Amino acid sequence: MTGFRLQQAALTVGGQTVLHDLDITIRPGERVALLGESGAGKTTLLRALREQQPNRIAWCPQQPGLVPVLSVFHNLYMGRLDQYATAYNLLNLIRPTPARRREITELADRLGLGDQLWKPVEQLSGGQQSRVNLGRALYQQRPLFIGDEPVSAIDERQGADLLTLICEQHETVVLALHNIDQALAHCNRIIGIRAGRVAFDSPSDQLTSADIKPLYPSDAS
Amino acid sequence: MTTRLQLRDTGAMRRTTGLFILLALLCLPWADIAVHTLDPGRELGRLAQGLLWPQWPTTRTLAEAIASTLAFAFQGVALGAIAGFGLALLYRRRAVRWLAASLRAVHELFWALLFIQLFGLSTLAGVLAIAVPYAGIFAKVYGELFEETDPAPRQALPANASRLSSLMFTTLPQAWPNLAAYTRYRLECGIRSSAVLGFIGLPTLGYHLESLLRQGFYAEAAPFFYALLILIATQHRWCRGWMIPALLLAALWWLPPVAPINGALIWQFLTHDIVPAPLRSGMDALPWFMDLWQGQLWPGLINTLVLAMLSLVVMGLLGVMLFPTVSRLFGNRWTRGLSHGVLVILRSLPEYLLAFIALILLGPSMLPAIIALGLHNGAIIAHLIGQYSNTLVLRDDAARGLNRYFFEVLPRQFRLFLAFSLYRFETVIRETAILGMLGIPTLGFFIDSAFAEFRFDRAVMLLVASAILNIGVDGFARRIRRRLHLQQQVQVC
Repeated sequence: MTGFRLQQAALTVGGQTVLHDLDITIRPGERVALLGESGAGKTTLLRALREQQPNRIAWCPQQPGLVPVLSVFHNLYMGRLDQYATAYNLLNLIRPTPARRREITELADRLGLGDQLWKPVEQLSGGQQSRVNLGRALYQQRPLFIGDEPVSAIDERQGADLLTLICEQHETVVLALHNIDQALAHCNRIIGIRAGRVAFDSPSDQLTSADIKPLYPSDAS
Repeated sequence: MTTRLQLRDTGAMRRTTGLFILLALLCLPWADIAVHTLDPGRELGRLAQGLLWPQWPTTRTLAEAIASTLAFAFQGVALGAIAGFGLALLYRRRAVRWLAASLRAVHELFWALLFIQLFGLSTLAGVLAIAVPYAGIFAKVYGELFEETDPAPRQALPANASRLSSLMFTTLPQAWPNLAAYTRYRLECGIRSSAVLGFIGLPTLGYHLESLLRQGFYAEAAPFFYALLILIATQHRWCRGWMIPALLLAALWWLPPVAPINGALIWQFLTHDIVPAPLRSGMDALPWFMDLWQGQLWPGLINTLVLAMLSLVVMGLLGVMLFPTVSRLFGNRWTRGLSHGVLVILRSLPEYLLAFIALILLGPSMLPAIIALGLHNGAIIAHLIGQYSNTLVLRDDAARGLNRYFFEVLPRQFRLFLAFSLYRFETVIRETAILGMLGIPTLGFFIDSAFAEFRFDRAVMLLVASAILNIGVDGFARRIRRRLHLQQQVQVC
């Protein structure tokens, strides 16, 4: 199985049910966007999906969880800690090997972080840190990608470029997004969440902005 | 601006760590770290056997030793707290800060050697030996706590309110919770100090430990060892609330702090015995001093520094290696429980006792001292960092095992680790001097022999030197902390 499946599921956070009656099947090759207000339960749903096959998923959480004193290189490298022997990891911690150096420099250039590669991430701006966070997920090179607002702190043009990169590199993609245009442009299926339930779940080419609008009642005024 | 500071910080932290390790390596050729006993393994086996099958002394002997240990600790800490409180009120004055620094720069065992000369082997000598250096420590900590209080309530008082009412109504209530917590914590240190005073003849647990361990009566020593361990490890449970004044009164009843005062003898000690010999007889002072310098001061200083540097690095290594064993980010409930138990034992036992035991096992060299200082202080560091690491929140997909340790946890905790290690530096150097009394030729060795030979003028000169060394190291560590922006506050003895 390379997709995800939730059947009649209810998801709880701290004893409170956040999402009810979930019936979601995501097949390989799909690119899914989750839309909904903040607090609607998108993050909870993503975490539940991740738990289904944690070792096949490139994970890009909204809270980056970077190590502040380590450099951009090392924070990116950490995406693959589980793929190499511990001794090799330690070697790269002390003195990065040429092969990894080449790969990660290339990735950092693509992320627009080429000049910052050896800076501790605590010295980067919020936007730069979120690119490092996304970069770490990309560096994992896994078939599935789950991202929680992966480009929300990045300017729109670069964000679009990076979303394209995410979709190119992964067979299956699930993203929580708040930019509706980005969702329609990069994903072929949209799941709308409202009031703890799935409000709609349909291919993106069959959706109009009138369908999406009710997801954001607080914007209505 | 802050980013540039931080950039310098990360590199500077790495360089400082490297420098300390390099210094320790340079010290290595000067250090005597040989094992001088024939069969340390067999001796260790006998010790373990003794600990497993203790021979109980009469209940009365054990109870009296425990009561005396607590009595010295309570009276000494109480007197020290009162005097320290008084000094803390004047802590803004430079003279008071210097006085407090010099009081705490001399270890309680050295104070005990001095007071025993003045008051004989009496309760008063023991109580003062704890109270005097503790007063210096309390003055500093209380003074800093007062300074940290919010000045706004003080400024809002009527202009002609007296200083005392200002203190009682604004400063003291704000500082009280920290002040009380620190004082209670110091009581734990006081019990350790009191036990160690037994090694030079006061009737505490250390007295029995010293004489029994020295003769190899491990099974007989074991109950005293366990008593000390239990007293300290459970101290925070029984030493609280109304128990504290009750125990203090009981302590005063059990061992009234009196001594036979011989005015003439004290006068002679202060005005004659401790005055350098050439000044007394009108001889040339230079040869006397050069003799002292070449024979004792210089080798004592060098050995103290060499031993302290090595112990500091061993402490650091043990600290970073052991903290994951008590952190919730690693292992399971059982491994953490076991490790926690071991660390409690190492933290509770005074370095002096650990060094004494290691000395019996390994013979007289720097090795037992390095092991004792490294284990005790390393356990404290490991405990503190382990506690702090529990507050880290890692990503859902964070690595595990060694990868987690080296990539996620150690880099995040390194700043804290350096701060704690530098705070321990002064303690390590104080204790290093003291371990000389066990026969390792640091300053304490020469001080102890000068007292034994009744050459008090030399003893006092060496004491002053060790105090200056402590103050110097304290200032040095404080400067590094400031340069690296390590402002983490920790209070540990």
